[in-house]
Amino acid sequence: MEPLIAVLIGVLFAGGVYCLLRRSIVKLVIGVILISQGANLLVFTSGGLLPGRPALVPSDGTVPIAPYGDPLPQAMVLTAIVIGFGLTAFLLALVHRAHQAVGTDDINAFKNTDT
Amino acid sequence: MNSSLAILLPIMLPLIGAICCLAGMRSLVFQRVGGVIFSVITFGASLYLLFEADESGVIVMQAGNWSAPFGISFVADRFSAVMVAVSSFMGAAVAVYSLSEIDEDRLKKFFFPLYLILLFGVNGAFLTGDLFNLYVWFEVMLVASFVLTSLGGEKAELEGGIKYVSLNLIASALFLAGAGIIYGKLGTLNMADIAQKLAASSDSEWVVSSSMLLFVAFGLKAGIFPFFFWLPASYHTPPSTVSAIFAGLLTKVGVYALIRAYTLMFVPIFSEVQGIILFLAIMTMVTGVFGAASHFDMRRILSFHIVSQIGYMILGLALMTPLALAAAIFYLVHHIIVKTNLFLVSGIVIRLKGTCDLAKVGGLVKTTPWLAVLFFIPAFSLGGIPPLSGFWAKFAVVKAGLDVGAWISVGAALAVGVLTLYSMTKIWAEAFWKKQPEEVDGVIEHKPAGRLVWMVAPVALLAICTVLIGLFGEPLFEFSERAATQLMNPSEYITAVLPGETEVQP
Repeated sequence: MEPLIAVLIGVLFAGGVYCLLRRSIVKLVIGVILISQGANLLVFTSGGLLPGRPALVPSDGTVPIAPYGDPLPQAMVLTAIVIGFGLTAFLLALVHRAHQAVGTDDINAFKNTDT
Repeated sequence: MNSSLAILLPIMLPLIGAICCLAGMRSLVFQRVGGVIFSVITFGASLYLLFEADESGVIVMQAGNWSAPFGISFVADRFSAVMVAVSSFMGAAVAVYSLSEIDEDRLKKFFFPLYLILLFGVNGAFLTGDLFNLYVWFEVMLVASFVLTSLGGEKAELEGGIKYVSLNLIASALFLAGAGIIYGKLGTLNMADIAQKLAASSDSEWVVSSSMLLFVAFGLKAGIFPFFFWLPASYHTPPSTVSAIFAGLLTKVGVYALIRAYTLMFVPIFSEVQGIILFLAIMTMVTGVFGAASHFDMRRILSFHIVSQIGYMILGLALMTPLALAAAIFYLVHHIIVKTNLFLVSGIVIRLKGTCDLAKVGGLVKTTPWLAVLFFIPAFSLGGIPPLSGFWAKFAVVKAGLDVGAWISVGAALAVGVLTLYSMTKIWAEAFWKKQPEEVDGVIEHKPAGRLVWMVAPVALLAICTVLIGLFGEPLFEFSERAATQLMNPSEYITAVLPGETEVQP
């Protein structure tokens, strides 16, 4: 399972970078989303994948049954997803406003603040 | 109990302040007063933390009383305490400055709550002892800064905002990926625990990849050599208040994280990346100062100077001797004060002349001689003229380089110092010395000087600080040396965070 997810993470990062290198600001947003999802998945996988083994304590015991999934990466990835979602929403709003102000989708037109 | 309160106060006070400002959002006067009061008491609390931390070495607070590797720990050693103190000082000074610079429109769009949240995030990032928690603090800080950059909604602000936001989001993703790999390898994210496990493991080179991912993430935020391009493209677009606090604090959080990562967590693999860091430090200094020398707008020159000055601090880290680290800490403190002050001065120039394009500004030394003095002090301190603070900072970096025989970096540091002076002289000659260009009209509009009071007072205060650090810099340098010694011996930090498990291999 892990090698498959690793390939998926690689594909997400590669696709994200490809989108970032395009000239459209919408693709920039898509690239950022893909990369941050790749990072989320990487954190999620780093704890090891144990499907069907939740870290839950049975009603008559005090500790979870032995091979259980690591809850910490899941907690972290939940935080990261929430943060990433908020930031993506902000980026979308910003791109919308900038598109209105500059009047084009081409990122090469966004050079008023360079040089 | 008492010492954990010392850590909590600088983090919680800005948050409480932000909530109070939000609660009173209908009254702009309330927001202004609240913003200033809360940033000033945060500064007071950070001074308290500084004294406590200096007294006891390392202060640790375990959130929710979970013992160290399981819960989130907040740690204040001398280095983080001094960073919190200086940032909160800047927070207070810039809050006062914003009273006359920030217009009602931005105030209505919640300038002060965002500003306090920014301080909240910065102080949290300095004080956390957990890698994932550091990521969260970075995001808190970034969200506030994203909104602050694009608050005005003008075209330039939005363009600068897009560059700033997208690059920082990518940096955050890389940070998260690096943290994920570290967790996969070591099964912990507590910085002290990472340091301990990495020192004990025999295959520590497996985390070189994630240490480099973190290096890129922190380097993007710090604005070091290949990753700095977003900085001069976005820092000159928002109002001077905002660029000043960004210039003073945000890049320094990146530098802080780099120094923390490579003096605490990645000590065993530092020798493998030292060459890269040294090279990037030199390139940062050189490219930054060339950018500054080629520009003709005051705020753009200042933005590029941030990059070149960051190079000196990274150089201090790359040399990794006690003196070099002390120099880096001293440099950080000096640079936060001076750079914030220069951006604040550029704000006054804009207020007086309507622009800070050097071709259109002139004759300030005649019309406002006090402003010339207030610019002269931080500018030539940045250039490294004795006896101002920058001279001692540069001197310490160069001395540290000479001690280990890093001739190329010493040569680069000295040459960059000369070029820094050149571009500062350019601002001086153009904006202050030459006559006001005749052909420009319309933009020149003198506001009554009374309204400038809130802008001039913090600038003067920071200039006095620069002079004082220059003349009586010894206590600060001794403090930096104590902090550097502490950084060189991470075992003190580790045993403070993880009291149960003693003995650490250095």
